[in-house]
Amino acid sequence: MAKAFSRPATFRDVSTNYCPGCGHGIIQRLVAEVVDEMGIRERTIGLPPVGCAVYLDLYLDFDMVQPAHGRTPAVATGLKRALPDHIIIGYEGDGGLAAIGTAEVIHAANRGENITMIFVNNAVYGMTGGQMAPTTLVDQKTATTPLGRNPERDGYPLRLCELLATLDGAAYLVRTTVSSPANVRKTKKAIRKAIEVQMGKLGFSMVEVLSPCPTNWGLNPVDAMKWIEEKMISYFPLGEFKTPEDKNEVLIDDTPKREPKTK
Amino acid sequence: MGSRMLMKGNEAVGEAAIRSGCRYYFGYPITPQNELTAYMAKRMPEVGGTFIQAESEIAAINMVYGAAAAGQRAMTSSSGPGISLKQEGISYLAGAELPCFFVNVVRGGPGLGNIAPAQSDYFQATRGGGHGDYRVIVLAPNGVQEMADLTMLGFHLADKYRNPAMVLADGILGQMLEPMEFRRPDFPPLPPKDWAVGNMENRTSRLVSSLFLGEGELEKHNLDLQKKYDKIQAEEVRWEGLMLEDAKVALVAYGTSARIARGAVIQGRAQGLKVGLCRPITVWPFPSQIVGQISENVKNILVVEMSMGQMVEDVRLAVEGRCEVHFYGSTGGGIPAAEEILERVKRLI
Repeated sequence: MAKAFSRPATFRDVSTNYCPGCGHGIIQRLVAEVVDEMGIRERTIGLPPVGCAVYLDLYLDFDMVQPAHGRTPAVATGLKRALPDHIIIGYEGDGGLAAIGTAEVIHAANRGENITMIFVNNAVYGMTGGQMAPTTLVDQKTATTPLGRNPERDGYPLRLCELLATLDGAAYLVRTTVSSPANVRKTKKAIRKAIEVQMGKLGFSMVEVLSPCPTNWGLNPVDAMKWIEEKMISYFPLGEFKTPEDKNEVLIDDTPKREPKTK
Repeated sequence: MGSRMLMKGNEAVGEAAIRSGCRYYFGYPITPQNELTAYMAKRMPEVGGTFIQAESEIAAINMVYGAAAAGQRAMTSSSGPGISLKQEGISYLAGAELPCFFVNVVRGGPGLGNIAPAQSDYFQATRGGGHGDYRVIVLAPNGVQEMADLTMLGFHLADKYRNPAMVLADGILGQMLEPMEFRRPDFPPLPPKDWAVGNMENRTSRLVSSLFLGEGELEKHNLDLQKKYDKIQAEEVRWEGLMLEDAKVALVAYGTSARIARGAVIQGRAQGLKVGLCRPITVWPFPSQIVGQISENVKNILVVEMSMGQMVEDVRLAVEGRCEVHFYGSTGGGIPAAEEILERVKRLI
């Protein structure tokens, strides 16, 4: 009997450190599936920065370079310039991309770096214990907004896709979620398209994924998925904010294929 | 051998880097090192290299981190305030054992300070500079020739030890024109970069990281780093002595201060003063043994710096009380005068 569902070869056969109901495992599995389906594992390099995203190298089996918090787009820039025929996938949370690394992501996008960022937006700092993130919703309670996020004091949730969409160097910007099987499939499609944009050398690509953090939201996994659909999507609308089609550019992989090299 | 030419210190660093095989330069403007950034912007495209003017010094050093992880020779440069911003990245490079090269064309601090030459970043350079137990190889040139020579050496030592290496210059060394030539140093072969990422065919995946979360892993990593630092201290000390054999007073100075101190020694000898000079070329590793030996034969040591006294602490640690250690420094853009040094020598002889 044919096997209908199996573990992607790039997805290591280990249990994850993630809490029950966490979105990281789903998103990382999707990256593994796309990398395997595209046959690009040998020339893919991942960047796991800090927080829960830092475990990426434990689960995905390709070369990894671990950057400092928020510096992923800058490190990815150095990597891509040194290895222009490789696929560079940064994987970063909302603190990294929308707070401490805002300058790095804006300028990498503005330079049109041919890199792909997977932006996991769970509206909270996860590993450090649930502090306010730049994407924390108004009135959302966190460890550092115990009475709820007050925009007069804490500012408003930051919409990164919309912000980057004003930049000419950004080629593909999309926001998805993993709140349902249909949305998981859409996220996978978006990840594939982002990598195709990178391989076509069309510019910067980013997939923002609204992802559950049941532990820090104080919800069970099922209610966390509902919270995304009921609370997050209204502020962070899903969809493509910029596509190469806007510029009438065609997706073609003109990356030279390399002969296998022995060390 | 190359022919002699007139070159600015900052540009000599740039050309020496290119001749060392560096094809990745990531920078951000700051005075007094802007000639280097401009030189690289012009030269890198000519040699098929990459020049990026980054959005910040933080981004620039992290671009170095990325290119270095791919096994390429990469560099950045700045002056004090910018080097402070790069310390996060330098700590990560040291932790992940990535080779890289950078230059600090030191200006006056603290804070925004001024743009005059200074040696007040000695502590920052020789103590690691960022967070954690680590060291950076620090080379201190005394002129344009050494700006080039020590850049080439810096790239070599960085690759040899998988560690950041830097040139600690100052505004004078960066800005001045001097005759020099680009030498072709005969460095021994380097180990293969079998840790670099990319081209994963026929091997297992690699991880470049400074994160060690497992029980005892970081302790082991830091002990391994210390072994490396011990080896560097044992094998890579470089220094130069001048008229120390019969000296009653030894000057200890590096970089621009050492040029002035050298003038003081020559003037002093003409007046019959038994004065000599020890010039550390590596300030980390510091020539502690040499300074210790010198301290056994002289009455006094006078440390001359363009700071309020930083290297003098290393001298005192090396001397261990065997002779008196005095200090003469200038700050805020002031430069020590040879005559002032001689006045002090006369009092100490």
